Amino acid sequence: MNWLLVVEQCLNGLQFGVMLFLMAAGLTLVFGIMNLVNLAHGSLYMVGAYLATAAFNWTGSFLVAVVWALAATLVVGMLVEVIALRTLYERDHLDQVLATFGLILFFNEAVAIVWGRAALFTTVPRALSGHIQLLPGIRYPAYRAVIILVGLAVALLLYVVVTHTRLGMLIRAGASNRTMVAALGVNIRLLYTVVFGFGAALAALGGLMAGPIYAVLPGMGEEILIQVFVVIVIGGIGSIRGALAGAVVVGMVDTLGRAFLKPTLSSVIGPSAADNAGPALASMLIYILMAAVLFFRPQGLFPAVRG
Amino acid sequence: MRSRARALTLVAGLLGLGLVPVVAALANQPFYLDLFRRIMIFAIAAVGLDLILGFGGMVSFGHAAYLGIGAYAVAIPAFYGIESGLVQWTLAMALSGLAALAIGAVSLRTSGVSFIMITLAFAQMLYYLGISINAWGADDGMRLARRSQFGGVVDLTNGYVFYYVVLGVLVALLALGHRLVHARFGVVIRAAKSNEPRMRAIGFSTFRYKLAAFVIAGAVGGLAGALLTNQSEYLTPSYMHWTRSGEIMVMVILGGMGTLYGPVLGAVAFLLLEDVLSAWTVHWQVVLGPLLVLVVLYARRGLFGLLPGAGVPRG
Amino acid sequence: MRALRLSAVLGLVAGLLAGQVARAAEPVKIGFITSLSGPAGIIGKHMKDSVELALDHLGRKVGGLEVEVIYGDDQRKPDVGKQLADEMLKKHKVNFVSGIIWSNVMLAVAPTVTGAGTIMVGTNAGPHELSGKMCNELYFTTSWQNDQTPEAMGKYMQDQGLTDVYAMAPNYAAGKDMVNGFKRYFKGRVVDEVYTKLGQQDYQAEISQLRGKSPKAVFVFYPGDMGIQFLKQYAQAGLREQIPLYSVYTVDEISLPAVAEAALGNYETRYWSPDLKNEANAKYVGDFKKKFGYTPSFYGAQSYDGILLIDSAVRAVKGDLGNKKGMVAAMRKADFRSTRGTFTFNVNHTPIQNFYLLRAVKGTSGEIEMQIQKTVFENHKDAYYQECPMKW
Repeated sequence: MNWLLVVEQCLNGLQFGVMLFLMAAGLTLVFGIMNLVNLAHGSLYMVGAYLATAAFNWTGSFLVAVVWALAATLVVGMLVEVIALRTLYERDHLDQVLATFGLILFFNEAVAIVWGRAALFTTVPRALSGHIQLLPGIRYPAYRAVIILVGLAVALLLYVVVTHTRLGMLIRAGASNRTMVAALGVNIRLLYTVVFGFGAALAALGGLMAGPIYAVLPGMGEEILIQVFVVIVIGGIGSIRGALAGAVVVGMVDTLGRAFLKPTLSSVIGPSAADNAGPALASMLIYILMAAVLFFRPQGLFPAVRG
Repeated sequence: MRSRARALTLVAGLLGLGLVPVVAALANQPFYLDLFRRIMIFAIAAVGLDLILGFGGMVSFGHAAYLGIGAYAVAIPAFYGIESGLVQWTLAMALSGLAALAIGAVSLRTSGVSFIMITLAFAQMLYYLGISINAWGADDGMRLARRSQFGGVVDLTNGYVFYYVVLGVLVALLALGHRLVHARFGVVIRAAKSNEPRMRAIGFSTFRYKLAAFVIAGAVGGLAGALLTNQSEYLTPSYMHWTRSGEIMVMVILGGMGTLYGPVLGAVAFLLLEDVLSAWTVHWQVVLGPLLVLVVLYARRGLFGLLPGAGVPRG
Repeated sequence: MRALRLSAVLGLVAGLLAGQVARAAEPVKIGFITSLSGPAGIIGKHMKDSVELALDHLGRKVGGLEVEVIYGDDQRKPDVGKQLADEMLKKHKVNFVSGIIWSNVMLAVAPTVTGAGTIMVGTNAGPHELSGKMCNELYFTTSWQNDQTPEAMGKYMQDQGLTDVYAMAPNYAAGKDMVNGFKRYFKGRVVDEVYTKLGQQDYQAEISQLRGKSPKAVFVFYPGDMGIQFLKQYAQAGLREQIPLYSVYTVDEISLPAVAEAALGNYETRYWSPDLKNEANAKYVGDFKKKFGYTPSFYGAQSYDGILLIDSAVRAVKGDLGNKKGMVAAMRKADFRSTRGTFTFNVNHTPIQNFYLLRAVKGTSGEIEMQIQKTVFENHKDAYYQECPMKW
C-alpha cells in the first residue's frame, strides 16, 4: 500500500471538497434563510468564471479579474433577485424550480451569444503555477493548495459574519421569523437582496477559482450544481457548518472512490470485472452515500438550528 | 367545483387531439402526426407525475428513471425475440412499478428537499448503470427492430393506428386519474399534502397511501417509456438522465400542478414551443427561459389557470 | 377525323405539359442535423459554417439545381434527432439527410432515413454497426469508422516500440471503443485501463494514480470539455515533461484555443489536418479562414466533403432526384475533390483513407496548430467491413 499516494489523494479529496463548499455555502445560505430553491446558482458560478476570464485576458492581472468578477456577479445576483425572484419567496418550491430553470436556459444562451460557444482560454496565473513540497515525495500543485486555503478562509469569514456581526444576527433572525424582524423596523427586502447577492458572489468565487483548471463554456455550472445539492442535503440545509462538513465528506468519498475502488474490487472480483464495475460504482458513490445519510438521518449531518 | 366552461374546454382539447391525424392527412403533413404523438406520450408521463407531485406534494426528481425502465422493458425482450406488446407493456408497467415500490419505500421516509434529492440520486444511479452495461448497448442505446406486436388486432406500424392507441391510453389515464383523485384515495393523498400529522392523527397510514400513489405514478411512467421506445424505435440511457426528469416536471408545473389536465397542456406547450423556436433560431433557449419565468410569475396556476372557467382556486 | 384531330391536340398538349414539368427545376433539399445549442454547439457551428462554404464554392447550386438546406438541432438527444429526421422527411420532403455528430443519434436516425428510401450522408459519427452488420445501400459516411482513428495511434505507438502504456477514456460506449481500437494494433503492455465518469471535470485523483503507476506513455480519449479539462490539469500536474501524452479526438482545432501551451507537442492521429497538402484542402482552409475568421476542424472538413459528395451524385443523374439507384452508383464512385485528397469508399460505404500522425506545434503565425508529421496508415480499411453483406 503506497501510503504517500493515499495521503496525496486525501489532499485531493479535501481540495475538491473545498471547491464544492464555495458553491454550497452560497446555495445553503439562500435556501436556508430565504427558503428559495435556486437552480440558477450554477449559472452564477458560470457568470463569475466568464467575467473573471474576460477580465484576466484583457488586463493580464489576476487580482483585477478576481475583484471584477466578485463585484460584477454580486450586482448581477442582486438584479436577478429584484427582477425575477423577489415574488417567489412565498411561492411553492416547485414554482421556484421552474423559474430558476428558466433562468438557467437564459444564462447559458446569453453567455453563448456574448462569448460564443467555444470554450474560453484560461490558465493558472504564473505566480501560482508551480508546485510546493508538502512532504518528501509529495509535490502538490500550488494553485490547488491556494484553493484549499481560500476555501478555509471563506469558511472562517462566514462563521465570523454569521455569529459575530449585526448582519449575521439579522440573517439568522430573518430566517427564524421574517415578519417579526420586519415589524422591528428592519428592511427585510433589502436584507434578502443583499444575502442573495452575497450568495452570488460566493458562487462567483467558486467559478473564478475553477476557471483556470476547468473548461469555461456555456453550461459549465450544471455538472457541479447537482453535486452541490448532494453536499447541502448531506450536510444539512441552511447550515454553513453542514455545508463544510458535507462538502469535505463528498469530496473525500468521491475522490477516494475514483482512486481506490477499482484496485480494491480487482482483488475481490478479478481485474476485468472490476474494469466494468469499478467506474460505474465510483460514479454512483456519492448518490449512494446521500441515500444512506438521508435514510438514517434525514435532516442531514449538521442541521441548522431553527429558533 | 367544475364549471361548465372548463369541462367544455377540456372536451374540445381532447377532440382537437383526436382530429390532428385527420387534419395532418388532409394537409399532407404527416410529420404532425409524429410530433403530436410524441407530445401525448410525454403528456402521459406528466399526468402520472402530477398524481404524486401536484396532488401528493411529492416532488419526485427521478421520474425519468421509470420511463427508462419501461423503455428497456420493451427493447430487451425484443432483442431476444419477444415482440408481443402485451408481454412488453405489462413488463414495463410491472418493472417500473416495482422499482417505484423499492425507491419509494426508502425515499418516503424523508420529505421536502431531501425527498427531491434522494429520488434524484436513485435516478442518477440507474442512469450510470445504464451507460455501463455493454450487453444492452450502453449509451449507444438499443434499436427496436419492430414495434410491439399485438397479434394482428392492432398494427402499431401504421402511424395512425399507433396515434389513436396513444390517445386512447391518455384518455383512459385521465379518466382513471379523475376517479382516483375524487375517490377516498385521492382525498387522503391531497389531505396528507396539506396536513400530514392531522391525517395520521385521524388514523390514516399516510405512508401506505403515498407509496401506493408513488407506485402508480411509476407504472404510468413505465408505460410512457414503452410508448416512447415504440415511437422512436430507439432508446438510450439518456432517457433516464436527470435533465429529462426536469423537463417532465417543467411540463407539469407549466401546465398547472394538481389539475390532472394541466400537464397535458404543459406537454403540448413545452414541446411545441421547443420545436417551433428551435427552427426559428439557434438561440431559442434565450427566449424559452424568460418565457418560463414569466409564466411562473404571472400565471400562478400554470397554463391551466389561464383557461376560461378555471375560477375556483384549490385549497 | 375529328377524333384523330382531338387526340393529336391532346397528345401535343400532354407533351407540352410533360415538357414543362421536366423543365421546372425542383430545388434539391438537404436536411442537416447537428447539435447547435448547448455545450456541443461549437461543433455544430463548425459543421454548419463548412456546409455554407461548400454551397458558396458550388455557386449556391447543387448538381446544377437550386438548393435548400434545412438545419436541425438535435440537442444531443437521439429521440429529438429522430423527430427532426421525421420532420425533414415528411414535412420538408428532403432529398438527402446529412450531418450528425453523435453515434447514438446516428443509430436512431440512419435507419429512419434509409427506411424511408432517402439517402443518408453522415458527416461525423461512425458507429461500427453501420459499417458492419447494419450497412445499407442508402447510407454513406464521409468521415470514418470510430475505431479507425485509435487504430492508427495504436499502430504508431506499436511501431515506436513503446510499452507500459496507461489508457484513459470516459466510461461510455465510445470510450470503450476507442481503447479497443487502440489495442487492436498496439500489442505492448497496457499498465492500466481507467474509465472515468462521463462529463467529469476534475481529474486530479486519476492523475495522482497515474503518476503512482509510472507508465512510459499515456493514451487518452477525452472529447470536448473533458479534453480541455484533462489537458490543463495534466499540464498543471507537471507531467507533460515526464510522461508523453498521446490522444485521439482530444487535441483539435476546437480545444487548442482553450488550452494553448498545455497541449503543445502532443500527438494525435487523424485522417485530415488543415495543413494536408492538396488543392481542394488549400482552397477549403484558406476560404474558410477568410470568411469565418477561425481555423476549420475535421468536423467541418467532413461536412464540406458531404455536400460535395451530394453535388457529385445529383450532377451524375443530371438533376433527376428520383433516380436513387443512379445517385447511389454515382456516390460510390465518389467523383469529387475531397479535402483529404483521393477519396475511395469501401464496400460498406465507409472511406478507405490514410491516417497521419499530427502534432500540436507553434505555427508561423505564433498560434499553436496541428501539423502532419508522417503517414501512419495508407489506404486503411475499417475493421468491420467484412460483416457488411453489400457487394458492388
